[in-house]
Parts: sequence; structure tokens; C-alpha cells
Amino acid sequence: MTTTATLATSPVPKEPAAARKADAVTNLGAVAAAATSTPAVKAPAAAAVPPTPTAKRRPAWLDTLSDYAAKILPPVVTVALLLGIWELASSQAGAALPPPSKVIADTKDLILDPFFDNGGNDVGMAWQLMASLKRVLYGYSIAVVVGISLGVLVGQFAIAMRGLDPVFQVLRTVPPLAWLPIALAGFRDGNPSAIFVIFITAVWPIIINTSIGIRNIPNDYRNVARVVQLNGIEYFWKIMMPAAAPYIFSGLRIGVGLSWLAIVAAEMLIGGVGVGFFIWDAWNSSRISDIVLALVYVGLVGFALDRIVSWIGRWVARGSSVN
Amino acid sequence: MSQSFLELSLVSMAFKTRQGPFQALSGVNLRVEKGEFVSLIGHSGCGKSTLLNIIAGLYHCTSGGVLLEGREVNQPGPDRAVVFQNHSLLPWLTAYENIELAVKKTSEGKRNKAQMREWILHNLKLVQMDHAMNKRPEELSGGMKQRVGIARALAMEPKVLLMDEPFGALDALTRARLQDELLRIVANTGSTVVMVTHDVDEAVLLSDRVVMMTNGPAATIGEILDVNLARPRERLALATDARYLSARKAVLEFLYQKQLKAA
Repeated sequence: MTTTATLATSPVPKEPAAARKADAVTNLGAVAAAATSTPAVKAPAAAAVPPTPTAKRRPAWLDTLSDYAAKILPPVVTVALLLGIWELASSQAGAALPPPSKVIADTKDLILDPFFDNGGNDVGMAWQLMASLKRVLYGYSIAVVVGISLGVLVGQFAIAMRGLDPVFQVLRTVPPLAWLPIALAGFRDGNPSAIFVIFITAVWPIIINTSIGIRNIPNDYRNVARVVQLNGIEYFWKIMMPAAAPYIFSGLRIGVGLSWLAIVAAEMLIGGVGVGFFIWDAWNSSRISDIVLALVYVGLVGFALDRIVSWIGRWVARGSSVN
Repeated sequence: MSQSFLELSLVSMAFKTRQGPFQALSGVNLRVEKGEFVSLIGHSGCGKSTLLNIIAGLYHCTSGGVLLEGREVNQPGPDRAVVFQNHSLLPWLTAYENIELAVKKTSEGKRNKAQMREWILHNLKLVQMDHAMNKRPEELSGGMKQRVGIARALAMEPKVLLMDEPFGALDALTRARLQDELLRIVANTGSTVVMVTHDVDEAVLLSDRVVMMTNGPAATIGEILDVNLARPRERLALATDARYLSARKAVLEFLYQKQLKAA
């Protein structure tokens, strides 16, 4: 199996170590506070342990603050370091790429006014991103519906699995952009072609993960459904979807990431408004700083999309990953 | 020939395996009367769970047949509710919702919404789990989950309650408590029960008859022991009761002398 399958085995992301550590710090604080708040009681155990200076009562807000600091400081330090290295490297004479300070100076207008609209392709970053997001939304929504339906079909019926799986396994290895010329030939228009590329990119991990989730539904749940005599529709909503939800959502998460990867490349080729074309246009006019800004935005939006799907998944699948 | 409540005649079961068919059960005949509590006991792998699944309709026997009140059993249904060994509660539903899922079907046209809620609560109270009705299985202990599993099965108002090693996964103390409660519940509801177990004490304590199965392959019923102990039964009183001890000895002798199996 490929990455989709291995990712599917860990549908629920682990709690970050930093958060757990922070909890431990709070608990220690609480214990220390409890120990010092009853000094009047003369307990032999308390006498045996001499009070240490760190066991002093700490205000709660200080604990909360240190919690946040423990979470926020490491990424801030990392980003600052990377920017520093980049600044140094690009400030040399004859450097091909602009340093961060120059990027910010060059793109100040774009950053400060993301909503301008001068007509045509000359619109603010917010509109560029919106145009790309809209295509992803269309393509991805179709992929979700088609992917889950086909995944259920393939997961539930062995005959469908035997018929369709070889086709899926071959087609899913075709790189997203290879579909674009075929789509352009079929749709004779850029926009539906880009949406099609998004769809065809996102649909495979959704199909595969859904079918794995369906096949992994414990036999006990099927037996319960049979004894209770649930009909097909009831079985789908009451047993199949909740039981397979963690798998389905890991497929959805991989799918949304791939969609966002594919949209930039597709838009470079089809033109019009969109962050992909913006990058290509900036390259053609040698606005390297604009490209850097666009990359930052693309990264942030991709991160947000991933988080949103993962959050929805955790909300929907609450409880169902525990046996 | 008079008809029994539940009748198994010449039930045989063969599973397809890579090494060819495996004959699990062969020619099992059994009659269970209404209100009777029957245990199936035997060494592991003797096909007692297979037999229970055939009665449940989850498996189709390769030959022979099962009649319940004169009608052939050929698919699972709520009239033969099953208590599964590992509780099989749906983890995304609360205790109440798990029972509701099972009761909705059997209540159609029989109970309105309020009556259904009352019925679910009644069954939760029966197993003393009404306090945890809004908890999910992950928040319940093993014994509590099995209680809810029993409530779910009882709520379906089955003609026969099928139990597949219902207490097998529990610790000894919890198991004893649930056995006592099952005795009490069955005394109240008059349920007909077929229970698979590998616990000799459990079989003798709970049953009217203990059905002892021979070792597989081609397992069948070896002996049937009538347990003539008055009800209600008290665990402590029975511990020194001569009839209890002799029944217990009879089952032990069957399992460890006549059907000794190289482990």
C-alpha cells in the first residue's frame, strides 16, 4: 500500500508533546500549592520534606502564561532563525533572490490592500486566493461525493472491488497535470478543466480510505445490525458511516491537501484569476517578491484547509475510534 | 410427535477452508421448552458458538434445520436477540441510544415515542444501568457494558435470548454478580435462554439443563444433564448442596474424562 494506506492507520492526530508537558507543569504547580496552603497542620510527612523555594504558591495566570509560552515560543524562534539565515544569505552581493526585508518592502501594497480590484487579472491577493479556493471547493465537493460513494461500493461489495480496484490503482498514479490537456479537450474551457483536475486529484485517496474503513467495520457491528434487522439505508447511516468515519476523514484530509497542491499548477496553465496564475504572471514580469508573498499565502491557506477538515473529522468521529 | 418451542433437528455445519471442508457440527438434535434455561458447554473449538450462531440465524447450517414455534429459522431477527461475548455496543452511541437502535424496529406500531422511552428506561433499570444511560461505552466498565448488552437484548423482547459466553471477558467477582442478576432477571421475565459457556459453575448455577458437547471436528451433543435445583437459587447455599455438587461433578467428568483434549 501507499502513503494513503499508512496514513489511514492513524486517523486521529496525537496530542502534541508540548501540550502534555504543559499539563504536567500545571499539575506540579497545583500539588505545590496544595502542599503549602496547609502549613498549620503539623504532619510528620511535611516536616520530613523541607519546603523548597520553588514550592512557593504561584498565581494561576502565571501558569497559564507559561503554558502558552511553551507552545508558542518554539515555532516563533524557528521562524525567526530561518528568516535571519535567509536575510543573511540574500543580502550578499549578487544574490539572485530578495531577502525578507526587500520582499516586504516590494509587496507592501499587496499586503496592505488585499481587496483592490483594477479589473481583469489585476486584483488583490484576497480575490486571487478566493478564485483558487472556489475552484478547489467545487472540485473537492464533487470528489467527496463521488469518492465516498465509490469507496462504499468497493468496500461493501467484493464484486465491485474486483472490477474497479485495478482501474483505480492504475488511474490514481497519473499525475494531476497530465489530466489537464484531456480535460481541456473535453470541456473546451479553462475553468471546468481546473475543477476537473482538482476532482481527479482528490478523489483517489477518498475512495481508497473509505473502502478500507468499510472493510474494517468489525463483524460484531454487522451482526448487531443483522439481529436488529436494519435495512440498507439505516445500516448506511447508523453503522457504516460512524464506524468508517475516522478512515473517511483521513482520506478527506489527504484529498484536500492534494487539491490545493494541484490548483496552483493547474492555474499556471489555464490563466485567468487565481493564485497559480498570479505566481506565473509574477515570474513573467520578474516580480520575485510577489512570488514569495504568494507562496506564503498558499502555504497558510493549505495549512488552514488541512486543519478545518481535520477539525470537522474529529468532531464527526468523536467516540467512533474507540472500541 | 409433539412440537417443542425451539427445535434443532440434525443440524450439521461444514465450513469451507483451504484444506477442503471442515465439518464443525454433525447431526445435532436439541429441543428447548418455553421458559427453559439451557447451557451449551464444551471445550473451545467444539462448535458451541457455531451452534448458537445457527440458532441466531447468523450462520446457515449446511443440513438439518432449526424451528422456533414451528417456523423455520433462516435469518437473524430480534425474536432471537443475541448477547455477544464482547458486548458489541456501538461506541458512537450512548447506552440509551444503543438500546433505542434495537428497540425502534420491534416497537414499530406497538409503542409510541413516550412508551418507547419508558420501555428503554425500564430495561436499563432491569440491569441497574439507568444511572449511566447517557454514557458512551468507552466510559463504562466491562461489566457495565455487558449489562447494557443484556438490556439491549431483553428490550427486543426475544422469544429466545441467546448468550454467547456473555461473562467470559469479565473478572470473577463481576461475573458472579452478573450471574446472580441474570438469575433474578430471568426469574422475572420468564425468558427462554440458550447460553454458551465454558464455565462449569456458571452452567450448573444458571441452567435447567446443561448440554455437553463432544470435541470437534464433527462435534455433537454428548450428554444432557438435568439440573434439578429449586429456584430461586442462592450461590452460597448451593456451594455445599449435594445435588449441586453432584451435577457439577457430572459436567466435570464429562469434560475432563470423557472428552479430555490435548491442549
